[in-house]
Amino acid sequence: MEFLDSILRAILPFEWANYEFMRSALLAVLLVTPLFGLIGTSVVNNKMSFFSDALGHSALTGIAIGVLLGIDHYMISMIGFALLFALLISGVLQHGNSSADTVIGVFSSIGLALGIVILSARGGFAKYSSYLIGDILTVQSEEILMLFVLLCAVVILWILFYNKFLLVTINPDMASGKNVRVNLIRHLFSIVVALTVMVSIKWVGILIINSLLVLPAAAARNLAKSARGSHFWAMGISLFSGISGLILSYYLGTVASGTIVLIAAAIFFLTFIWSLRKAGR
Amino acid sequence: MEHECKCSLKIEHLTVWRDKTEILHDVSFEAHHAEITALIGRNGAGKTTLLRSILGRIPYSGTIEFFDSEGVLVERPRIGYVPQNTILDRTIPVTVGEFLSCGCSSAPVWLVHRKKAITHAREILKKTGGEKLIDRPLSSLSGGELQRVLLAFALDPMPQLLLLDEPVSAVDRRGIESFYEVVTSLREEYHMPILLVSHDLGHVRRYATDVVLLDQTVVLCGKCEEVMDSPEIAETFGLS
Repeated sequence: MEFLDSILRAILPFEWANYEFMRSALLAVLLVTPLFGLIGTSVVNNKMSFFSDALGHSALTGIAIGVLLGIDHYMISMIGFALLFALLISGVLQHGNSSADTVIGVFSSIGLALGIVILSARGGFAKYSSYLIGDILTVQSEEILMLFVLLCAVVILWILFYNKFLLVTINPDMASGKNVRVNLIRHLFSIVVALTVMVSIKWVGILIINSLLVLPAAAARNLAKSARGSHFWAMGISLFSGISGLILSYYLGTVASGTIVLIAAAIFFLTFIWSLRKAGR
Repeated sequence: MEHECKCSLKIEHLTVWRDKTEILHDVSFEAHHAEITALIGRNGAGKTTLLRSILGRIPYSGTIEFFDSEGVLVERPRIGYVPQNTILDRTIPVTVGEFLSCGCSSAPVWLVHRKKAITHAREILKKTGGEKLIDRPLSSLSGGELQRVLLAFALDPMPQLLLLDEPVSAVDRRGIESFYEVVTSLREEYHMPILLVSHDLGHVRRYATDVVLLDQTVVLCGKCEEVMDSPEIAETFGLS
């Protein structure tokens, strides 16, 4: 990690690059944003943006459970609860009569409210409020390593299973005819989304993590009509928003995650206008 | 190319419940190789539910067994399924070539486009008359074009059983005729059993060899002419 840091220091002749926290944040952005572009494309294709948003909200209850159990690393309780949360949502969706948006909305509210109540009951909610907006400038070298491992794992999974994911997304019955295990693939995808959201929420923030998942993928849809093209654009837009947002936030003195999301939103609207003009031609 | 298929499908005492309502009750029939068995019945008779049971997508009681050309039971047969094109999500950015490659290649289409897989996809499309569609996005296809692509997808790898669920909904007359011509030629060439769900009795008379009249259970089944000229058909569809 020190070796990477020294390379960054050597090749970046900018004022902001003199600070170690900015170089660490840049490394984290270089890992997190392509990951979000990759997963976000499937989240949007599967119409699961509300689901990933609810998972983000459940992080607060995950932290609260960690505090109650006296666990030092909240990541463990957050991931554990998010996986349970994802399974509960799937279970209620499969066996209940309510529509998906209603069920997910109910769980999303519970995930947020339960966390707020438990944490505030112990008189220290302010201590955890940083999770709401995230702070990428606090990222540590071991956490960057964890992001690297997650990115590698997701890329390997996407290489092995993406074709099956796509078939299930287009039509699960057709995929089933090809002997694709539809429910297994869906659960695997939910687990990957839950893991990614939980691992990165500390730096991106509960309130805006979903925007970073959805915006680059949504913008990519305005530009590309193929699977390869949409992934290329989503990862590119995500990476560009991440790097430029981080640097801009340094000069503007704003929160990095919010700045990154605003740049991604601006790109989305530009691509939206471009697609409208193209359709009108 | 492929050997003559002598596979058959045997359904016995199939019952399906959903939300405490019995959708299918004690359904039993067989579909043999080289037969196009039409499933007909009023709306809500359970036709699509029957196909989804065969695909293993919903829980059921009873047995659905599939036998290969040697008469040996096959646990998970290769099933080609062509759904109603109106229920397909066409907003997803994916080209016809990528879609077909997903079914026949393990190379991830988000990362690489293997020349071999695309060439193979083009060859399958040729069988259904859609070779010019390979680079088109799924979202830009007309109803008839999409049906050719869906049938091509169902045919690779060559299925042991072909299920067609109202395959020509939202397709124009010319597209319907050419679709059924392809299906009939498949039956003649590969001899796999074909189950066809259709609301159009004219198509059933013209293309099916056998007919199953369904209304939660099997009302009547047999050779096409026998069933189609029966009073039960007249009663179900209000024919004079």
